Amino acid sequence: MSDLLIQLRGVTKLYGSGQAELLALKGIDLDIRAGEFVAIMGPSGSGKSTAMNILGCLDTPSAGQYLFKGAHVEVLSRDQRARLRRRFLGFVFQGFNLLARTSAQENVELPLLYRGDSAGVRRAAAAKALQAVGLGGWEHHTPAELSGGQQQRVAIARAIVTAPAVVLADEPTGNLDTQRSHEIMGLLMALNQEQGITVLMVTHEPDMAAYARRMVHFVDGRIASDVPNLYPTNSAPDAALPAEIL
Amino acid sequence: MLYSVFMLALRSILRNLMRSFLTILGIVIGVSAVITMVTLGNGATQSIKAQISGLGTNLLMVRPGQRMGPGGGGGGGGVPQFKEGDAEAILSQIGGVAAVAPEGRSSLTVVANGRNWATSVIGSSNAWFDAGNWKLASGRLFAADEQLAGAAVCLIGETVRREIFDGTIGQTGLGEQLRVRKFSCTVIGILAAKGQSGMGDQDDTVVVPLRTLQRRVTGSVKVATLLVSMQDGSDGTRLKASLKQLLRERRNLAADDDDNFNIFDTQQLAETLSSTTQVLTTLLGAVAAVSLLVGGIGIMNIMLVSVTERTREIGLRLAIGALEREVLLQFLIEAVVLSALGGVVGIVIATAASWGLSSLMDVPYAFDPFINLLSLAFSAGIGVLFGYFPARRAARLDPIEALRHE
Ligand SMILES: Nc1ncnc2c1ncn2[C@@H]1O[C@H](COP(=O)(O)OP(=O)(O)OP(=O)(O)O)[C@@H](O)[C@H]1O
Ligand SMILES: [Mg+2]
Repeated sequence: MSDLLIQLRGVTKLYGSGQAELLALKGIDLDIRAGEFVAIMGPSGSGKSTAMNILGCLDTPSAGQYLFKGAHVEVLSRDQRARLRRRFLGFVFQGFNLLARTSAQENVELPLLYRGDSAGVRRAAAAKALQAVGLGGWEHHTPAELSGGQQQRVAIARAIVTAPAVVLADEPTGNLDTQRSHEIMGLLMALNQEQGITVLMVTHEPDMAAYARRMVHFVDGRIASDVPNLYPTNSAPDAALPAEIL
Repeated sequence: MLYSVFMLALRSILRNLMRSFLTILGIVIGVSAVITMVTLGNGATQSIKAQISGLGTNLLMVRPGQRMGPGGGGGGGGVPQFKEGDAEAILSQIGGVAAVAPEGRSSLTVVANGRNWATSVIGSSNAWFDAGNWKLASGRLFAADEQLAGAAVCLIGETVRREIFDGTIGQTGLGEQLRVRKFSCTVIGILAAKGQSGMGDQDDTVVVPLRTLQRRVTGSVKVATLLVSMQDGSDGTRLKASLKQLLRERRNLAADDDDNFNIFDTQQLAETLSSTTQVLTTLLGAVAAVSLLVGGIGIMNIMLVSVTERTREIGLRLAIGALEREVLLQFLIEAVVLSALGGVVGIVIATAASWGLSSLMDVPYAFDPFINLLSLAFSAGIGVLFGYFPARRAARLDPIEALRHE
């Protein structure tokens, strides 16, 4: 039980009120252990993003309990949740959300700024994170000078630079072509396996979900199935191919 | 924490140089307008004060004539002039008087060294030099016997010296003979230059003993003006009242007669004139301050636009763990740094503009550290005031909504 990182108990989310009332989550129970790689799938509007926002402590459940490392999150204030995010969570977004006209290095340093790290510590950590996502040497490029895949790598570097317990990625490959998508998935998988970072990922694509070792299906605000993936994809096919061919 | 937030603000200002520049333009214009107005106004006040103090401080000028005012005309036509005895009476009978100089004046052409020059010849006593704050450049004042006898001696002002004696050996003209109408006088002293003033060139003058002027030029014992200089710290109002009383008695005026003389007070004149320019300065400064306020609203407007434009950025910052007050502080500091930057640029422009304009308008450049500091503080204050609302708006954004913003 000690490695139980996240527990959702009967979590519901109600949007709007009166006529416009909409129950986006209808009682979710979910346990996630440290070091898991979970893919969340399901049709559009089934509540995946809503659940991710709650899991990422960006939003609070309307009812139910959320325990992060055994502590109740649903009772925390806005600032307390912000502190929890900056300490334990990393985010990767579909739209990258990098600061324009700002170098990759500075983008990655951003979360460390809010932690109050010194310039030297920030620079070293950012360089290491960029190295880890395969962008060593690209520190001084701005987003406009990077491809979509590279931008998402910078965003992943930003998510892991604080050495978080969990990385939450809502459709991280939604804006990328297939090849780039596989590269990103390979990266997330490597982070999960090599650094032990728990990864929660929402995706529509079964090929991408296949990298995860557990698949959770949402349907209409409920978890319809929650199954382990016994044969997860091992590495990005394009990355593996050359070695086999040559 | 403050430092890193400050660096964040600075970075986002530098990232958007063009927008930053446009944002501060209003403040720049406001600050430079206020400072330029006030500096020029102060310069004008100073120059008026200098001109009047050039006449002599604590000085009363008494002239025969009807009361000045509508229809008064101020002409001395029918009224009696003063006599030398009036000067002695004032000095001996009124307390607080430092010196009294009877003054006669005549516009004449003086000749020497083969050149002639039209100037104003003044007849007076040594007290005249005290009353008018004159200093000697070289030579000496009148000796007592020269004044009594009406000797043919004179002191000349800088302009007369330049026009007549420039280029001669020694260039001073000391000891030279200067022809004044039908007589020649020996130059015994040169007066230190006072420079140009609003009252004309005061250095364009030749001074002879009063008796000399009366006997050899005007041919009468009348005195056109009495210059009364007061002792430092004496009560000007009381002194003026007793002076008036004394002169009324000496001129045999009945109780219901109007004065047939006027007393001008240079101190009062200076205060009146400089308070007028002060009011004008304040007024112009206030008008300029309104533009500073408009500049502040400009900052608020652009900060609001910037908050909207950067909604996603703010959402991201909040998502990765920025606290509400950190975002608030960042935007606030951004506004303050921007507006203070506007203040600094404004001060630089104002310094250049008021320096240039004051030399163009021929008033002294009166740098006023107070108004510079005030403008800087005020513009920073405007940053806080008008930056707070947009900053709070940014800080209170919902990170999810903000991230979804397009
Ligand atoms: N802020 C909100 N206010 C009102 N309704 C909302 C809000 N956010 C989401 N919803 C609604 O909640 C439901 C679940 O939305 P959610 O974004 O979680 O779906 P999703 O599974 O992520 O879909 P997709 O695959 O299209 O991203 C939808 O019906 C949506 O319209
Ligand atoms: Mg979604």
